[in-house]
Amino acid sequence: MALTGLFLISFLIVHAGINACIWANDGGVMFNKAAHFMGSTVVIRIMEVGLFLGIFLHIIQGYMLEFQNRSKRKKGYAVPIRNKGSKWYSRSMGLLGTILLLFFIIHWKNFWVPSRFTGVPGPEMELANGQHVHNLYALMQSTFQELWIVLVYIFACISLCWHLIHGFQSAFRTVGVSNARYLKMLKNIGIGYAIIISLAFAMMPLSMYLGWVK
Amino acid sequence: MEHTMINLTLKIWRQKNADSAGQFETYPVKNISTEMSFLEMIDVLNEDLINEGKDPIAFDHDCREGICGACSMYINGRPHGPWHGNTTCQLHMRAYHDGDTIVIEPWRANSFPVIKDLMVDRSAFDRIIQAGGYVSVNTGNAVDANATPIEKDLADASFAAAACIGCGACVAACKNSSAMLFVAAKVSHLALLPQGAPERNTRVLDMVAQMDKEGFGSCTNTGACEAVCPKEISINNIARLNREYMLAGTKADK
Ligand code: HEM
Ligand code: SF4
Ligand code: FES
Repeated sequence: MALTGLFLISFLIVHAGINACIWANDGGVMFNKAAHFMGSTVVIRIMEVGLFLGIFLHIIQGYMLEFQNRSKRKKGYAVPIRNKGSKWYSRSMGLLGTILLLFFIIHWKNFWVPSRFTGVPGPEMELANGQHVHNLYALMQSTFQELWIVLVYIFACISLCWHLIHGFQSAFRTVGVSNARYLKMLKNIGIGYAIIISLAFAMMPLSMYLGWVK
Repeated sequence: MEHTMINLTLKIWRQKNADSAGQFETYPVKNISTEMSFLEMIDVLNEDLINEGKDPIAFDHDCREGICGACSMYINGRPHGPWHGNTTCQLHMRAYHDGDTIVIEPWRANSFPVIKDLMVDRSAFDRIIQAGGYVSVNTGNAVDANATPIEKDLADASFAAAACIGCGACVAACKNSSAMLFVAAKVSHLALLPQGAPERNTRVLDMVAQMDKEGFGSCTNTGACEAVCPKEISINNIARLNREYMLAGTKADK
């Protein structure tokens, strides 16, 4: 869990970094260039296979862990313990993960499937060097005209934030960091990371819907 | 503290034996002194039950001074009741007000089956200790107290972990019924000291293997264990256990 979790954490930084190119507000030139690089470079395509393996391992391990742990108390309490000592999001990693999984299905259908398989609709973009690339930027713009899709993305980002606030520090505990000072620092870094990453992702559909980037 | 007498309603889990289904029974108790301990309050109720010719409530207790870890009770949704860093036997009735209802349940976990009423079988913990919670010592005269110098910080950290009384509240509070805080306390206690060094690798591997065999769940670092632990064992010990386990795995041929 921890290793795949940390792997996904590092992936999210790259993903958020590339998507942030939309804010160059240059009609998507910079973003399309970056997306083309990611889609056409062999090393990155091989890493993509690793990414999918990582996600699936994390999901499978996550559900196995969740169901095994749930089976360990056949008879429960009449008065539940609730928040006496633990946070709701720490106890809801399976639920938050499931929301993320459902979101991934929508997200892959929106962007990954068209970009890799069925083709991005609309004309390609011609870069300054004459190269023609998929206009994923235009696809983003058209996708995020639908209010309900924007809301789904924002909801997923909120879930991601909670998943990471627990997951980030938990992963370091799992790999054996036990120094109290470091753990406190890692907890704060985790909260910062979770908020910045989720906010960055949530702002993307919002920026497009509200027309902040053209 | 002002001494007053209060009346309470108790809802207590009654179960004849391990195989019967069990149910809650409601008992009104009157004239309870706020200076009584929680267990004394149950003693009063039990005396009444015995006088009425009924079966008294079975519950574990031994030292009644917060050091043996026997008094397992899940009180109003929290192991060992409302006070922080405290055992049931050291909980006093001044924590309650006249007219309160108190729900008392046994520890719930597959690995802690109910024996009768509020008593559960915690021998799983004994078997985990047997698997590795010991040290090798030379026979002969007792070693001089300060023969082995130990750094103060390490001695303090080890002592803090050694404070675990094996009560099982950590398991009772954990959504995963994980015994990691208990095992982490026992492993840390010995791993931090030179006396624990000879079995350092096999200890952690064997104790964790026994813990899994007993059917406890896996830790997801929620922190409920640390919050209810009467000895305030730090959850950071679990991170140390994880590290000890990984390093031991690379060293010991097991
Ligand atoms: C962007 C995607 C995701 C990231 C970055 C991520 C990150 C993490 C991290 C860092 C951990 C902590 C690991 C540990 O404590 O050892 C974790 C745990 C977990 N994740 Fe994810 N995760 C993601 C998606 C998912 C999905 C789709 C599921 C679906 C089931 C899921 C389910 C879980 C579960 C059940 C845990 C274990 C709970 C725990 O350790 O407290 N995660 N995740
Ligand atoms: S770690 Fe704390 S709660 Fe768990 S058995 Fe030891 S004393 Fe009890
Ligand atoms: S009876 Fe010994 S700790 Fe409570």
